[in-house]
Amino acid sequence: MAVPLAFFGLFFAYPVIAIVGRGLKSGGTWQFGRIGEVLGDPDIGGVLWFTTWQAAASTALTLLLALPAAYVFARFDFPGKQLLRAVVTVPFVLPTVVVGSAFLAVLGRGGLLAELWGLRLDTSVWAILLAHVFFNYAVVVRTVGGLWSQLDPRQEEAARVLGAGRFAAWRKVTLPALAPAVAAAALMVFLFTFTSFGVVQILGGPSFSTLEVEIYRQTAQFLDLPTAAVLTLVQFAAVGTILAVHAWTVRRRESALRLVDPARTARRPRGAGQWALLGGVLVTVLVLILLPLAVLVERSFQGPDGYGFRYYRALQSADGGGGTFLVPPLEAVWNSLQYAVVATLIALVVGGLAAAALTRRAGRLVRGFDALLMLPLGVSAVTVGFGFLITLNQPPFDLRTSWILVPLAQALVGVPFVVRTMLPVLRAVDGRLREAAAVLGASPLRAWREVDLPMVRRALLVAAGFAFAVSLGEFGATVFIARPDNPTLPVAVARLLGRAGDLNYGQAMALSTILMVVCAVSLLVLERIRPDRSVSGEF
Amino acid sequence: MSTIKRYAATALAAAVGVSALAACGGTDSGAPSKGDKTVTLVSHDSFDVSPAVLKAFTQETGYTVKVLKSGDAGAALNQEILTKGSPRGDVFFGVDNTLLSRALDNGLFQSYEAKGLDAIPADLQLDKGEHRVTPVDTGDICVNYDKKFFADKKLAPPKTLDDLVKPAYKDLLVVEDAANSSPGLGFLLATAGQYGDDGWQGYWQKLKNNGVKVVDGWERAYNEEFSGSAGGKKAKADRPLVVSYASSPPVEVLYAEPRPTEAPTGVATGTCFRQIEFAGLLDGAKNAAGGKALLDFLIGKQFQEDLPLKMFVNPAVKDTKLPEVYAKFGEKAEKPLTVDPKKITENREQWVKTWSSLVKK
Repeated sequence: MAVPLAFFGLFFAYPVIAIVGRGLKSGGTWQFGRIGEVLGDPDIGGVLWFTTWQAAASTALTLLLALPAAYVFARFDFPGKQLLRAVVTVPFVLPTVVVGSAFLAVLGRGGLLAELWGLRLDTSVWAILLAHVFFNYAVVVRTVGGLWSQLDPRQEEAARVLGAGRFAAWRKVTLPALAPAVAAAALMVFLFTFTSFGVVQILGGPSFSTLEVEIYRQTAQFLDLPTAAVLTLVQFAAVGTILAVHAWTVRRRESALRLVDPARTARRPRGAGQWALLGGVLVTVLVLILLPLAVLVERSFQGPDGYGFRYYRALQSADGGGGTFLVPPLEAVWNSLQYAVVATLIALVVGGLAAAALTRRAGRLVRGFDALLMLPLGVSAVTVGFGFLITLNQPPFDLRTSWILVPLAQALVGVPFVVRTMLPVLRAVDGRLREAAAVLGASPLRAWREVDLPMVRRALLVAAGFAFAVSLGEFGATVFIARPDNPTLPVAVARLLGRAGDLNYGQAMALSTILMVVCAVSLLVLERIRPDRSVSGEF
Repeated sequence: MSTIKRYAATALAAAVGVSALAACGGTDSGAPSKGDKTVTLVSHDSFDVSPAVLKAFTQETGYTVKVLKSGDAGAALNQEILTKGSPRGDVFFGVDNTLLSRALDNGLFQSYEAKGLDAIPADLQLDKGEHRVTPVDTGDICVNYDKKFFADKKLAPPKTLDDLVKPAYKDLLVVEDAANSSPGLGFLLATAGQYGDDGWQGYWQKLKNNGVKVVDGWERAYNEEFSGSAGGKKAKADRPLVVSYASSPPVEVLYAEPRPTEAPTGVATGTCFRQIEFAGLLDGAKNAAGGKALLDFLIGKQFQEDLPLKMFVNPAVKDTKLPEVYAKFGEKAEKPLTVDPKKITENREQWVKTWSSLVKK
């Protein structure tokens, strides 16, 4: 408990409070009058309304499209399943600059939809909603599907034997067990879309603006800290409310579950209905996720005179025609991997300890901490980045120019994933097993190692995968942290896209493709690592 | 009690661990003052310099340069303002005339008259009295056009701001959001410079009636909407006019393989807004002597000659030799428009607000 507390206190709460405080305090007195002033602005009201409804719509759409996929991934066996599961996660880590361009290729003029049906969605709100689904598909598939695959299908079968209809059995047995995971996933999607930044900016055009965009604008462009502070508080309040509601619904439904080895619950689809479901999910994935990604890959090979590897070759030299970097852009891959490993370790330690503590203790205070851990997802990267600047400036924490800030900021975003993924599974571990271990003389640590760990190893790997992927693609906070010239992949892509010229654009596409591949491979490797001891309900 | 103590001990251990970890990394990127032989330059993401040029500086002066980049020009400057008094570095490079007043009003810089300043035209020296900032380069934000489009249509490309509202150029121009993007703001300022405080709103109304498209940032405008760029061709973009830089055409040539004999894009030379980029010695710099040497170097021959192909801007120092590709394909802005920095600071927010409600609806 102490490590996560110290971590969040020092690297999140303190910087954010400091920057908000700086905004609201002027000449030593608090200026709460500003709050009413800012909130009274009709422009801000419009922003608030848009932020909320687009997040709700995006979440609903994502659940609608991704829940069937969660089922398919959990219960069916089909060739290429692992690869596909890694691939659907790729969008999640791609920088929005890149995704924006991929989406425009599908939705915009000259895009596929335009050519087939003359339909252009590029500056409509549909582009934003679909891009949000694209980004968050994996959140639902992984969070819900992960638990679903470990639910014992025999329970549902037992209900059917006892006379329940197929739907009744599902509703009474599976759904209650699944509800916390669905709620957790929906919450995450809502949070991500509520605080959406890049997607809204790039795809929506200037007529759409979210709270997050507004905070960025006020802080980074206008340096209007008071307004930014008020907006940050509003976002805080909104995110806090969502989290509180979520914590309440989850607590009401939580129960210890019998978890089984996912390998034993999946089988080949049977019957026309199941094949149709599988087919439908595959088509959705193909159109919504693979198509935009494929466009990026295609553009990375498509030179002015035919296809080839020219952009990839250019990546290897420091001066691909004129030199945008001090080092070959390819080195960004290596930088990114190093940062991501450190960030994943930090996130696993902090998040793992927090999740463990949250399972054990049920006090009010601790439960509050549960919600607190999610807050970094709801706070603008620019707020955190600027907060670091004005707080981490004294020894022993003068970290402002240190490389460690980058993985720290990345870990801040990774920890909530670790906690969210671990918590449902940890809570589902039957407490009596631990008690039995304790009765038999095991120390708490040993009981954790021998009871909890084997059962949650898979969840731990999923959590690590998420933390790693998120760190790999993290852009917002990284870009606001002063770094010596060793850019991460997303930063390098953004820099290449920021310049005119065919070679720069091509290299940006090539580097994005590499980012996609690196991410897919890391996720695939994690999928491959199986717990050495099969997790099953034989206790 | 003992649990609390244990927590405290763990927390301390974790904290020490993190700082220790940070210290390890510090060998190559951490502590700014190493026997005062390191001088730290803080800048925005677009800063770039040839390694050989930095090496020459070290040979000349004995100082090693450490470069820190953080965010775009606006964000990088705002970060400096927040850390005023205990800056992360010694010299800041990259405050332009649209942000200059904000920097000076916040007392960010110390006075230092860099050696060689007399070789810089007087109209660039916007802080001549106090020398808190030194002009290093200039760049022009101008409308670019797709040469092929206008040749195919047998239509003369526009030259001036007035041309852009003519019916012949209806639905052809894409611009960036002035609230978010520096070329977007530059173009808004160009119109304010041309038509005055009360005239630019009317101009934008006409521009809007003529079908101007507003997108978020330069990347989207140039790479996705502008038909003359590499990305735009792949995306089948349909806007042959875009707000970009006067240096964009040479960049198109330089970053193409094989190198074309002519740039695919041109510049409407009567639509330009002049940006001047400055550097200054930060107030509270740990290595002031090194910082001064670095400022001298920034307006020295080597750095100035390196600028055009690294950051695609014009050297501030008169008669600096330009690289061939830059001189050949670059176009000179005709009487670039400017607005007084003080005025920009005073009106920026209001103008952007008015502009937003004018064009975004």
